[in-house]
Amino acid sequence: MIDAYLRSFEAFSRNGGAAAPEWARALRLSAITRFETLGFPTTRNEDWHFTSVAPIADAALTPLTSPSGRVEAAQLAPFLFSDDWHQLVFVNGRFDAALSRTDALPDGVRVLPLAQAYDELPILVEQHLGRIASFDAHSFTALNTAFLHDGAVIHVTADVEVAKPIHLVFVSDAAAVNGAMHPRNLIVLDRFAKATVLETYCTTARGAGAYLTNAVTEASIGDGATLTHLKLQRESAQAYHVGTFDARQGRDSHLVSFSFATGAALSRTNIYTELRGEGCGATLNGLYLGDAEQTIDHQTRIEHVEPNCYSRELYKGILDGASHGVFNGKVYVHPEAQKTDGKQTNNTLLLSEKAQIDTKPQLEIFADDVKCTHGATVGRLDETSLFYMKSRGIDARTARELLTYAFAADVLETIELAEVRDGLEAATLRRYAGRA
Amino acid sequence: MLEIKDLRATVADKEILKGITLTVNAGEVHAVMGPNGSGKSTLAQILAGHPAYEVTGGSVTYQGENLLEMDAEVRAQRGVFLAFQYPIEIPGVSNAYFLRAAYNEIRKARGEEEVDPMSFADLMDEKMKLVEMDGAMLTRSVNMGFSGGEKKRNEILQMAVLEPKLAILDETDSGLDIDALRIVAGGVNALKRPDSATIVVTHYQRLLNYIVPDFVHVLVNGRIVRSGDKELALELEARGYDWLLDEAVA
Ligand SMILES: Nc1ncnc2c1ncn2[C@@H]1O[C@H](COP(=O)(O)OP(=O)(O)O)[C@@H](O)[C@H]1O
Ligand SMILES: [Mg+2]
Repeated sequence: MIDAYLRSFEAFSRNGGAAAPEWARALRLSAITRFETLGFPTTRNEDWHFTSVAPIADAALTPLTSPSGRVEAAQLAPFLFSDDWHQLVFVNGRFDAALSRTDALPDGVRVLPLAQAYDELPILVEQHLGRIASFDAHSFTALNTAFLHDGAVIHVTADVEVAKPIHLVFVSDAAAVNGAMHPRNLIVLDRFAKATVLETYCTTARGAGAYLTNAVTEASIGDGATLTHLKLQRESAQAYHVGTFDARQGRDSHLVSFSFATGAALSRTNIYTELRGEGCGATLNGLYLGDAEQTIDHQTRIEHVEPNCYSRELYKGILDGASHGVFNGKVYVHPEAQKTDGKQTNNTLLLSEKAQIDTKPQLEIFADDVKCTHGATVGRLDETSLFYMKSRGIDARTARELLTYAFAADVLETIELAEVRDGLEAATLRRYAGRA
Repeated sequence: MLEIKDLRATVADKEILKGITLTVNAGEVHAVMGPNGSGKSTLAQILAGHPAYEVTGGSVTYQGENLLEMDAEVRAQRGVFLAFQYPIEIPGVSNAYFLRAAYNEIRKARGEEEVDPMSFADLMDEKMKLVEMDGAMLTRSVNMGFSGGEKKRNEILQMAVLEPKLAILDETDSGLDIDALRIVAGGVNALKRPDSATIVVTHYQRLLNYIVPDFVHVLVNGRIVRSGDKELALELEARGYDWLLDEAVA
């Protein structure tokens, strides 16, 4: 099946793919070579032990390198939280200017599609793109890099705080079926800059058929800067989704990440960050909601490179049907990273007999003066709590719904952006408690 | 109102209640006393419908119907209320939401309209005064981070909102200082009506100075070994339970 990708790459690099700077073409070439060597990961690969990507490897999916499909603004509305945020929209992997809105950006902030960024921010793009998300050991990142051609570039210059969120929307329609998209985004926050970036992966064609989204976002968070990043994976039920977010953090910077994953037949979200300056830290939270035969896999990796940094992780999941969840939380504390303060928690609620979770905390600590804890729980609804509610007159079904929603509510409450918090709470309440 | 006849029950295959007979009429206050482990909470939980206990014999009739056949929520909707010895913490569900959900379920069961959050807030203002509770406790998750005393007061607050016909208080007094005890007892007394009844389960006579019982029953090793009036409680306070333990074995 790799052969098909290699042939697609040949065609891609002859056609539209040629319209890229020399360095980018060289990068793609080394990426496809690496992919050829790596192939798709198997479950013998430690990082993919619990999730087989055979369905992706075996599907004949063609890269969507030219524009396709058509999405109306009204179809996007359910996935937007506001109609006045800055927004770039990509339809079937390609930038759609008509659906995008960047007219109200403050001075010192650029939000633009990759092709335009090659022309207007050539140095910035060359300095960062492909330098953060390594494809050496990551097949999907290699594949994404090989087909690098579209995505969003965000640059916030020093001391600028972007008040309104920047929403990157990756929407697919029926024309994406049997296709593969490899969006590539770059976020650069200079010193003391501050921004909130959302990535939404969604579809207007539920039930139309399989497609692959294989997205990579690289983020450079400068000294004293704060990036809030929310990833919302709401793909169609037949979709495959692999999404990698990879950040490098400077001194005293903060990353606040939230991953909400509810779509796709098979999804894998990687949230990685390297704490490369003293006093910086990351908060990585997430919520996964699975049902039917879904596989929802998260891998987080926090590299504590410098001393006095913190990391906080809270991932929660609710799994119903025969769904399968995976949480693998890696924390590496390098020998120099004294006074590291790390905490990781993963709690999963299983609503059915067939649902299952593989949870694997993975702490590797090479410094001696650190505080690192982790904890994982897997459970069902608490019978005592159910009885307590029933003893107050609340019927069994309502009690179950309320407790299920409550399980998710505490991690959703960590989302500071009110529109997203309220929107996801309402969606979760509708899903589990059948009311708005 | 409540007629318990020769009630026997086991938990985890161990017999805990070995034939309890007790009649409670409207307007009455019954105290159930006894040493630790004698089965007081088991009796209370069975009346509330806890599924972990297996009734192996006897009957319980409530307002002329077989109580044991009703689901826990139906019992509550018909007016049975248990103040738990160890109230349960429910992270993520606010006290206000919980109380309103319960209140509305019970109103629905009585054929009354549900109330909106605004009118419920007014009702809460009034009920909170009764147990001298701070409004901030309404926005917190049910019993999360509450002190022992706050949890007990929260149970009485729920009772005040739900206005039960048969209230069962399981050691609501244990762990309370004298001020909190007065507040809790005051709340219970204020909620008493001629058509309601109260069963007060307690280990100590102290609470009965504030909630005066019409009858006192002593439960030892799964049996009621003695019944009397409030003087019996004073006698237990003076003599302890040991002299009754001997009788229970005999
Ligand atoms: N869920 C349970 N599982 C096992 N044993 C129990 C359980 N509940 C109560 N028991 C046992 O039943 C007996 C009576 O307990 P309980 O009714 O709580 O007594 P009391 O409230 O009078 O102190 C005790 O020996 C206790 O250990
Ligand atoms: Mg007890």
